[in-house]
Amino acid sequence: MKLRTLTLGLLSASALAFAAHAESITIATVNNGDMVRMQKLTDDFTKKNPDIQLNWVTLEENVLRERVTTDIATKGGQYDVMTIGTYEVPIWAKQSWLLPLDKLGDDYDTKDIIPAIAGGLSVDGKLYAAPFYGESSFVMYRKDLMEKAGLTMPDAPTWDFIKQAADKMTDRANGVNGVCLRGKAGWGENMAFLTAMSNSFGARWFDENWKPQFDQPEWKNTLQFYVDLMKADGPEGASSNGFNENLALFQQGKCGMWIDATVAASFVSDPKNSTVADKVGYALAPDNGLGKRGNWLWAWSLAIPAGTQKAEAAEKFVSWATSKGYLDLVAAKEGWANVPPGTRTSLYNNAEYQKAAPFAKMTLDSINAADPTHPTVKPVPYVGVQFVAIPEFQGLGTTVGQLFSAALAGQSSVDDALKQAQDAATAAMTEGGYIK
Amino acid sequence: MARAVTTQHKTIATVAAWIVALLIFFPILYTIITSFKSEQEAIQGFALIPSGTFESYSEVQAQSGYFKFFLNSVILSVGSTILALIIAIPAAWSMAFSPTKRTKDILMWMLSTKMMPAVAVLFPIYLIFRDTGLLDSRVGLMVMLMLINLPIVVWMLYTYFREIPGEILEAARMDGASLWNEIVYVLTPMAVPGIASTMLLNIILAWNEAFWTIRLTTTEAAPLTAFISSFSSPQGLFWAKLSAASTLAIAPILIMGWFSQKQLVRGLTFGAVK
Repeated sequence: MKLRTLTLGLLSASALAFAAHAESITIATVNNGDMVRMQKLTDDFTKKNPDIQLNWVTLEENVLRERVTTDIATKGGQYDVMTIGTYEVPIWAKQSWLLPLDKLGDDYDTKDIIPAIAGGLSVDGKLYAAPFYGESSFVMYRKDLMEKAGLTMPDAPTWDFIKQAADKMTDRANGVNGVCLRGKAGWGENMAFLTAMSNSFGARWFDENWKPQFDQPEWKNTLQFYVDLMKADGPEGASSNGFNENLALFQQGKCGMWIDATVAASFVSDPKNSTVADKVGYALAPDNGLGKRGNWLWAWSLAIPAGTQKAEAAEKFVSWATSKGYLDLVAAKEGWANVPPGTRTSLYNNAEYQKAAPFAKMTLDSINAADPTHPTVKPVPYVGVQFVAIPEFQGLGTTVGQLFSAALAGQSSVDDALKQAQDAATAAMTEGGYIK
Repeated sequence: MARAVTTQHKTIATVAAWIVALLIFFPILYTIITSFKSEQEAIQGFALIPSGTFESYSEVQAQSGYFKFFLNSVILSVGSTILALIIAIPAAWSMAFSPTKRTKDILMWMLSTKMMPAVAVLFPIYLIFRDTGLLDSRVGLMVMLMLINLPIVVWMLYTYFREIPGEILEAARMDGASLWNEIVYVLTPMAVPGIASTMLLNIILAWNEAFWTIRLTTTEAAPLTAFISSFSSPQGLFWAKLSAASTLAIAPILIMGWFSQKQLVRGLTFGAVK
């Protein structure tokens, strides 16, 4: 009896000791297909790391951004791993809000990360966030409608070709719009598209002295082209359309072309949800022959806030979720088509992946065509292709987005929108101390 | 002379009431309908007849367990309401039966706190919660929700209490009732309809509060508002799943509202007709 009691006591004590040793880390993330899939596959991680428990907090993108910013700025310590994008990483790393990721493990192979993506997530050569999935933007088009229009989409089209094709593909009687583009106001909505587009028109947000450039002809050309194109060939109410609205239109066969995130390719080519799945072709984002294309670069990435008490466990998780092994795990459980794209060069050399994802090559080419450190034709003092990596950009970008959305809706002229954008940007830059 | 109400007038009024009620309820109804569609059906356009699949519900439950969020919603809304009533009943009593020169100013000041946008105090509140260790705790959030709704609770109770003749309380005092007995045994039973409707309204307000409940919680204290928020996707059309999550979140409060509608209406119109 005594022996039994003693054994039970020892077992309980060791169980308690184990429980006390087990660490739980909290991961803040967004709700998209790849992230949800990762949550389902975490058994693999907890099996390999039984002493680490994972708690998930999934939030809407803007709420997530606001919450993690509040938490990190106040050192609230609510999260041990945060899902952030290429916009936040350079700003937060410079503020010393993030821990550098230098203990990802011997077999992690940092050099395998696509250089353009790694560049967007590094400051002074140190990686501050590991990419979970990366994306650029490209043209998705209806091969059948293009053929009907008597045109052939080049791999690298110009804006003039897009306009010509959109005019020919537009068939209002049958509800087909030549082109669908973002119009909903927001720094991550219409301004992501328009900023990337403006790069290909030779425009830039600021000159080397942080003077706003909306009063320059390049911006006028960009916005006028966009408004004219959308008025002639875009869907009705385009000023309210963001990614999801255009996705619904394209999937229902109401768009001839759609220029948006490369991640959309897996949605539009999915026969379960898309009525045009077998008719979609892909091409690089358009240019104007100036050496820059109108495509962006974004990576949802995992970073560790400097305030965490569980840095070691957090880094183990980041390493697992962004490793080559994780890509193999997804491929084994869910098929190659569902592997998170745009992070590792080796994935694009994988024949099975290329077979499962017909858009793979174009995605990689698009990512490689974006350079966040030299995003524009003329020199700029900032980093970022479809954004300017300064804290003021979220507010300013949304203000300018509202002005441009109003121009698209016909509530103001292109000239008025640009003038107001110039005034708003000048005020913001002066207030921020960029303009002395 | 009172105006006669004809059958024709009654019919028009009834039809108008039904139209308004349907217009108000339609978004909720369509959310419920969409929750029984597949994702493909959901994006295909307007349709009132779903295929009747439960696929979205099972996926929602598999993706993030509903019951923990539900339990937190119940604890937070009921807890904050009880706290609010404990503070508001004596406050409303004093203002209704022993008013001073400043009573109206105090009431206005209390209401004015509702006029400030919540985001204006996000950082101070966040810092207070951080320093007191209340982030992601039910107790902290309960106090927060109580504070948010307290002005409304005090105002509603004040309005009900004012309808109760002060002479009754005086009579109780003459019979030797203490202040406590006066509030508990005389005032409260007479104000039950008012207190009940205030309570129900406060539970609904606390249940639906989405600014603080999302921003001050992570995993332990997160209620159903955080549950819905986790299904909103920036890239991808998951309308059926989002509708299923929303239906699951509003169902308990909808059912509660349905069963207590008599009490709710009676309380809300209390004192409207003299």
